[in-house]
Amino acid sequence: MQRKMLFAFAALLALALLTVACSGGAAPTPEKVVETVIVTVEVPAAGGGEAAPAMAGNTLQQIKDRGKLVCGVNSSVPGFGFLNEDGSFSGFDIDFCKALAAAIFGDPGKVEYRPLTAKERFTALQTGEIDVLIRNTTWTLTRDTELGANFTATTFYDGQGFIVRKDSGITKLEELDGATICVGAGTTTELNLADVFAARGINYTPLVFETADETTGAYEEGRCDAYTTDKSGLVARRTVMADPEAHIILEETISKEPLGPVVRHGDDQWYDIVQWTVFATFTAEEYGITSSNVDEIKASTENPSVKKLLGTEGDMGQKLGLSNDWAYNIIKYVGNYAEIYNRNLGPDTPTYIPRGLNSLYTDGGILYAPPVR
Amino acid sequence: MSAQTPEQSGIPFWRDERYLNVLAQILVFALVAGLLYSLWYNMNRSLEALGLPLSLKFLKINASFDIGEKLISYGREDTYLRAYLVGVLNTIQVAVLGVIFATILGTIIGVARLSTNWIVNRLATWYVELFRNIPLLVFLIFWYQGVFLKFPDVRNAIQVGGVYLSQRGIAFPWGIPTDTFRTYLYILGFGVVVSIIAAVLMYRQGQKTGRMPLISLWVPLIWLVTGVIGWFVLPQAPLTFTYPQLPEKGFNIIGGRVFSPEFMALLSGLVLYTAAFIGEVVRAGIQAVSKGQVEAARALGLNGFQTLRLVVFPQALRVIVPPLTSQYLNLTKNSSLAIAIGYPDIVHVYGTIINQSGRAVEMTAIMMATYLTFSLLTSAFMNWYNKRIRLVER
Repeated sequence: MQRKMLFAFAALLALALLTVACSGGAAPTPEKVVETVIVTVEVPAAGGGEAAPAMAGNTLQQIKDRGKLVCGVNSSVPGFGFLNEDGSFSGFDIDFCKALAAAIFGDPGKVEYRPLTAKERFTALQTGEIDVLIRNTTWTLTRDTELGANFTATTFYDGQGFIVRKDSGITKLEELDGATICVGAGTTTELNLADVFAARGINYTPLVFETADETTGAYEEGRCDAYTTDKSGLVARRTVMADPEAHIILEETISKEPLGPVVRHGDDQWYDIVQWTVFATFTAEEYGITSSNVDEIKASTENPSVKKLLGTEGDMGQKLGLSNDWAYNIIKYVGNYAEIYNRNLGPDTPTYIPRGLNSLYTDGGILYAPPVR
Repeated sequence: MSAQTPEQSGIPFWRDERYLNVLAQILVFALVAGLLYSLWYNMNRSLEALGLPLSLKFLKINASFDIGEKLISYGREDTYLRAYLVGVLNTIQVAVLGVIFATILGTIIGVARLSTNWIVNRLATWYVELFRNIPLLVFLIFWYQGVFLKFPDVRNAIQVGGVYLSQRGIAFPWGIPTDTFRTYLYILGFGVVVSIIAAVLMYRQGQKTGRMPLISLWVPLIWLVTGVIGWFVLPQAPLTFTYPQLPEKGFNIIGGRVFSPEFMALLSGLVLYTAAFIGEVVRAGIQAVSKGQVEAARALGLNGFQTLRLVVFPQALRVIVPPLTSQYLNLTKNSSLAIAIGYPDIVHVYGTIINQSGRAVEMTAIMMATYLTFSLLTSAFMNWYNKRIRLVER
């Protein structure tokens, strides 16, 4: 009897020690994050001027140790983030995941895609389940502060719109008075809808679903009179509706929706890498560097700015904690912004969206990258 | 055991059972406490790093999202706390109605399974086998997308009496309280008092004469009569009825009370699913009553229904109530699957709140506490009921 109890006790002790050992191993991770926050705050305070980026943060190191980037994406919006029948992912947001992998590893394939619903995404980012969130996510003040998220460069300027059935004859928002409107859970569109309709005194009933498939499914079944999300999302979702021609997107845009990659608070180096990866694609378009001519330009260019970008002059990549050919790899393997855009949202695709605001500042848009120097 | 101390008996303390027992308990406690503390510490550290220390202040912030179905007034300018309350009430609504209907249906099925009529018996068996063996989530999605969303659109709604069936839900005629409604509630309360007094008088009368009047028939009748008289005595009817009408223009049925397809799908899914389990619980309870009881009842001249009502059920209840409690708890907890079909229950509203406020840890704790409270209250009530009906041992 006593012996049995002792055995059980020993087993329990061993188990407990194991758990403690495990949690002991995991505990330093958050501690390091805390340290880095302190470090990055203290360096400028000491008047150091040039902060040494290589010592900041450990997200990059974790990605390198793991051998792949974990990217939180959408899986149900064609043209932005879509899970294909063969199990691969494609889209505008997906290409930015690939660009990041190319910048870090020189290989756009070293990405693990984590499909997330709108509701799951910030928790996944906060807990470190993903390294970066590139999932048509709108930059807002609350998210930037209270959600512990940091928004990097905006990759797509969007706005919220509505889609209705053609035969309903609706052309204006005011005509939706009394309607049931389908909307995705945990989105800015859910909030805009409430704000704008309240301000204009339009009554409506929201019907909220988790995933885009459920939401549009209910809309298509006729449960809702309208479906609302970012206009890009409407264009994309319409392509996968049973009869795209039966639906019409209303002219009106009720909000500003700047979409772009998001990282966690507390790792400035990683923030910089993600931000400059986006800027590199803008800059490449500005200089006319594409995936097909990048080798040629790299060999022949005399332009110091281009040389800095492609890593034949200076050590721009090292300042980010990457190799100097980081931007070259992005352009070579994924392409410049125009290539990424046209591949997913260009005139030859079913999800064609005119570039509009999403053109370079030189072409009448608002894409403007700071200089790489 | 001797009264000697270990030193006196010469046994070293690490082999002394009395010490070891205490030591083992202290160690286990310390390990559990240490583990919990390390988890707590780890979480706090991580939240600190994100700049999100634990706090409940966010509950007072304006929620700024709308909720489609609500039992209390709520708008975008209300707080997160009120938004959460809307979700809680929606869950309670579906859980309470679900428990009532599932109990009624489950009892019928349980009795039917024991029927000597071959068809009734087979049908009940098939019902149980079919519904019990389909995952609830699949079942709910089937009810929502396969049944309720497949009804015709509003303009072509099916009309059964005053009830309209369409994709936008089921619309019933519904009473709206008028100014005299409050007075009418007092009249109904007075009716309850009158019927209780009547019940007591009839019981006394029955004991005196040895012929018990049908109390269970007379009491509701008396109450109903006061209700009807009160209705007409008041200067204005306490309720005005609105009847659903097809829209000439606009999107929805006008008037009446509309139950949304999401609510209907969730309720019917939960009821039909749980009724299969309750049916088995009821059957087991009835079969636990020894055969001799039934035979004795029949020998005394009671008919089939009387035997069931007066002899079998009171005894079967003692076996039925404990497992029935866990079915009620299951139904309440299963209502969280509402999330798959867009009904704004606790989990649904919780999800939106954490997404808009970023307070995942706090909200999860609140939600767990809410469900725990529901379950403990249900258990407490059922335990009280169980105690009341148990065999009085002398």
